[in-house]
Amino acid sequence: MEQLVYKKPESVKDDFKVSFCPGCDHGVAYKILAEVLDELGVREKTIGVASVGCSVFSYDYFNVDMIEAPHGRALAVATGVKRSKPDKVVYTYQGDGDLASIGMGETIHAMTRGEKVTAICINNTTYGMTGGQGGPTTLIGQVTTTTPKGRMVEQSGYPIKISEILKEVDGTAFVARVSLDTPAAIMNAKKCIKKAFEVQLKGLGAGFVEILATCPTNWKMTPQEAHERVRTQMAEVFKLGIFKDRLSEAQ
Amino acid sequence: MKEEQRNGSSLMGRIVLDRDKCKACYLCVDSCPNKVLEIDKTVNALGYYPVKVKESAKCVGCAICARVCPDLVIEKVYR
Repeated sequence: MEQLVYKKPESVKDDFKVSFCPGCDHGVAYKILAEVLDELGVREKTIGVASVGCSVFSYDYFNVDMIEAPHGRALAVATGVKRSKPDKVVYTYQGDGDLASIGMGETIHAMTRGEKVTAICINNTTYGMTGGQGGPTTLIGQVTTTTPKGRMVEQSGYPIKISEILKEVDGTAFVARVSLDTPAAIMNAKKCIKKAFEVQLKGLGAGFVEILATCPTNWKMTPQEAHERVRTQMAEVFKLGIFKDRLSEAQ
Repeated sequence: MKEEQRNGSSLMGRIVLDRDKCKACYLCVDSCPNKVLEIDKTVNALGYYPVKVKESAKCVGCAICARVCPDLVIEKVYR
């Protein structure tokens, strides 16, 4: 007798139409996030906050109630939602330009206040939707449309390491950086996202997961080469791992 | 055409894929441990050459292809 071992998550809309570029890791990221919502059984009481950037399309995919926040303000909106409806599960789905550049103030303060929300950050070292401009996480030497000779330290400084900053903040309960370049990494990313939601459900503080993702179109690479770049270049600068885990400490 | 014909022993797996959602990144073709998938020779509704099942008898239903697919092309995996 054959058994169903995998099916489309219920938290993804049935009539979805994926508008991301071929090979974009956004697709995998929202899929594992939807699987986590299914596994925790919180789909009916979840409110998601979409940001600006490629991540904005999340309101087209997730089968949960969604709000669209102004650029960078997703965690401020999430704070308001969670405080007015504390029984709801609230998460934000943001890119690195939204969370770490335009919205860095909102991010730091929401995390410092220890809001019981979960933030998912897709770090692809560029502004994908607007055509591949240099962002806060652009690697040194990386060629983008605004850094045609490669990012130079004298001009643009160093890339922001979001997870390392947020791990030092007292309000966060779970901080991890994961990648999606192999099936094993995807499973690990899912576990981390689940923990980021569990700290919210247990009221321990804010959960944060930074996902190293690809942008094959703007990096001008094939999906396979882009994953190789995540492994060799990005993971060198942005070290993978769990930086803070109050869930395990509490147990 | 959504359902792939099942053949082989009861230990084997089976996948259901929607070829018209495929955007031809071929991450599934690269990550399949048994090389079950291959690239189709006809274009789909989006204008890409989608993946198709080459040797369904070799599929063990590990669901790795479904997990790496960014476009939810592989909708169901049976084992």
